[in-house]
Amino acid sequence: MNTLVLIKQVPDTEAKINVVGGKISEAGIKWTISPYDEIALEEAIRIKEKSGGTVTAIAVGDDSVQNALRSAFAMGADIAIHVKVENYQMLDSFGIAKAIASAIEGADYKVILAGRQGADSDNGQVPYILGTLKGWPVVPFAKKVEVSADKATIVCEAEGGEATYEASLPVIITANAGLNEPRYPSLKGIMASKKKPIESKTADISAETKIEVLGFEPPPARPAGRIIDGADAAEKARALVKALREEIKVI
Amino acid sequence: MPKILAVGEISNGVLKKASRETTSVGKRLGGAVDAILLGSGASAGVAELAKHGADTVYVGEISPYNGEAYAKAVVDVVKSKGYDIIILPHSWIGRDISARIATALNTGVISDATEISLEGDRVKIRKPVYSGKAFVNLKLKTSPQVVTIRPNAHPISEAAGAGKAETITVDASSAKAKEVKFEAKGGTRVPLTEADIVVSGGRGIKGPENFPLIEQLADLLGAGVGATRAVVDAGWCDHTLQIGQTGLTVSPTLYIAVGISGAIQHMAGMGSSKYIVAINKDPDAPIFKVATYGIVDDLFQVVPPLKEELKAALGR
Ligand SMILES: Cc1cc2nc3c(=O)[nH]c(=O)nc-3n(C[C@H](O)[C@H](O)[C@H](O)COP(=O)(O)OP(=O)(O)OC[C@H]3O[C@@H](n4cnc5c(N)ncnc54)[C@H](O)[C@@H]3O)c2cc1C
Ligand SMILES: Nc1ncnc2c1ncn2[C@@H]1O[C@H](COP(=O)(O)O)[C@@H](O)[C@H]1O
Repeated sequence: MNTLVLIKQVPDTEAKINVVGGKISEAGIKWTISPYDEIALEEAIRIKEKSGGTVTAIAVGDDSVQNALRSAFAMGADIAIHVKVENYQMLDSFGIAKAIASAIEGADYKVILAGRQGADSDNGQVPYILGTLKGWPVVPFAKKVEVSADKATIVCEAEGGEATYEASLPVIITANAGLNEPRYPSLKGIMASKKKPIESKTADISAETKIEVLGFEPPPARPAGRIIDGADAAEKARALVKALREEIKVI
Repeated sequence: MPKILAVGEISNGVLKKASRETTSVGKRLGGAVDAILLGSGASAGVAELAKHGADTVYVGEISPYNGEAYAKAVVDVVKSKGYDIIILPHSWIGRDISARIATALNTGVISDATEISLEGDRVKIRKPVYSGKAFVNLKLKTSPQVVTIRPNAHPISEAAGAGKAETITVDASSAKAKEVKFEAKGGTRVPLTEADIVVSGGRGIKGPENFPLIEQLADLLGAGVGATRAVVDAGWCDHTLQIGQTGLTVSPTLYIAVGISGAIQHMAGMGSSKYIVAINKDPDAPIFKVATYGIVDDLFQVVPPLKEELKAALGR
C-alpha cells in the first residue's frame, strides 16, 4: 500500500510574523513541517508499518523546502519529491495542487494524506483541488483511518459530531488534530535522512495562479482594555457585569 | 451588477445563521442575490432567506450530508444559470465544498474573509493568515469568483427578496466517499462557531470536576462552551470544544476566557472576537494584552459571585 504525504513548509508556530512594506519579512523565521502535515506523515508511516509499501513525501516550493523533506525522511518517509517552482506563493492553492498533480502523474498511490489546513495560509484548499483535478474522493478532518485493499474507512470531525465515511481508493484524507501523536525522529533516522537523495522536479505554475495577493498587513491593534478593580472578587464580578451591560451592552 | 449566488445551510428545517450572513453579504455587494439552500427540510428556509433579500432560492433535499453531491449541485446551478460571484460560509460545509466547486468551474477560491468588498467587478477580501498573526488582502484573477466568509464576522441585514423556491436535485449515488454513520456530540448548546457569546476554560480550572463551572456560566448567558488544548489534552472535556490553531476558530461578540494564559495558538482561534473578558490570577498572563476587561484574581473566587450577579441582572 503506497502512500503519498503532502508536506508544506511553514514558519514555526511560535515564530513572530513581521510585515514590512506589505510583505512578510522572513528574517529570523524558523521553518518547520506544518503541524497537521506531521500528523498526516505519522499516519502514513503507521499504514506502512501495518500493511507494507512505501511512504513518499512531496513538497512544492523553493529550495528551502528540502529541509522539510529531510525532516520527513528523519521521521520515516522512504522517498521524497521536491517540486521546485519559481516565485512560490503559499496562498497559490491552485498552482500548488497543479504542481503536485503533474509530479505524481502515473504513480500508484492508494492513500494520499495531507493536513486539514496549512499553518500559513489557513486555507485547507490544496487537497480538494488535487482531488477534484484527479477525480479522487477527499475526506477531511480525519480522527481515525483504517485502510483495506479496496477502501478506506475514516472517522472525521464534523459539524455537531463525528461522521464515519467509506471511500474508494485512491483517497485523499486530511489530518485533524487528535488523529495520532507524531513520533520524534530517532537519532538513526536523523543521521540517515542527511544521506538520502531527494528527487527533484520542476513545474511552471505561473499560468495556473488564480489569485492576486494585494499585500499583507499586521493584525489590527485591539482597542486598549482595562483591568477591573475592586476590594474583593465579588466586587470585581459585580463591576464586570455592570460594564458588560452598560458600557459594551452585550448582555 | 454582478450576479451573486449565496450558499446557505439548513438542518432539519432550521436555517443556519451563516445562511443569513452569506445572503446579507451578497445583497450588500451587489444588486440581485439568489440563494441555494441545501440540507434536510430545505424548503422551510426559503421565506426566511427572502427577508434578507434572496430572490430565487434553489432548494435541495439531501441527507446525510455529502460534499461531492453538494458541490456538484452548486456547480450545476452556476453553470446552467450563470453567476459571477458565489459566496459560502467558511463553515464545516463551506470548507468542504468551496474548493471543489471552484476547481470544477476552473476558477480559484479565496476563503475565510473577515472583510469583503467589491472593486469594479472584483471581490476583494481580507483574511487572517499565520494563525491570525497577519492579514492578507486578496482578489481572484479568474471568474466566477468563489469566496467563503468567516461565520459571525459579517452583519446580517434585512431586505425584501422575491423568495421564489426552485427545487433542484442533489444526488449522492455516484459519490466516491459516503457517510455511513453519524454520532452527534456537543449536546444542545449553540454551535460554537455560531455563538454570540463563548465561555472558555483553561488549565486554571485545575481538573475535570470544575469544568461544570464553565458550563454553568455559559448556560446562564446562553453561550457556547470552549476550552484550550491543555484542557482537551488532559481529557477534562470533549476535544470538539478546543479553540485555537489546531481547533475551532470562533468570532463571537463576547469571549470570556477563564483560567487561560493566552498562548499564541489559542489566540489564533479567538483573536477576532469583538470583546474579550479574561479572568486569570496572573497579572502578566498574555491574555490581558487582548482583553477588553480583565479580572486579576482566583477564578474560584470570581466565578461563583459572577454567576449570582448574572442571575440577578438577567432575571434568571
Ligand atoms: C502546534 C501547536 C498547536 C497548538 N494548538 C492549540 C490550540 O488549538 N488551542 C490551544 O488552546 N492551545 C494550542 N496549543 C497549546 C498552547 O501552546 C498552550 O499550551 C495552551 O493554549 C495553554 O492552555 P491554557 O491557557 O489552558 O494553560 P496554561 O498556559 O497552563 O494557562 C493556565 C492559566 O491559568 C491561570 N490560573 C491558574 N490557576 C488559576 C486560578 N485559580 N484562577 C485564575 N487563573 C488561574 C494561570 O495563571 C495561567 O495563566 C498548541 C501548541 C502547539 C505547539
Ligand atoms: N506547497 C505545498 N507542498 C506540498 N503540500 C502542500 C503545499 N501546500 C499545501 N499542501 C498540502 O495541503 C494542505 C492544506 O494546505 P492549504 O490548502 O494551503 O491550507 C497542507 O496541510 C499540505 O498537506
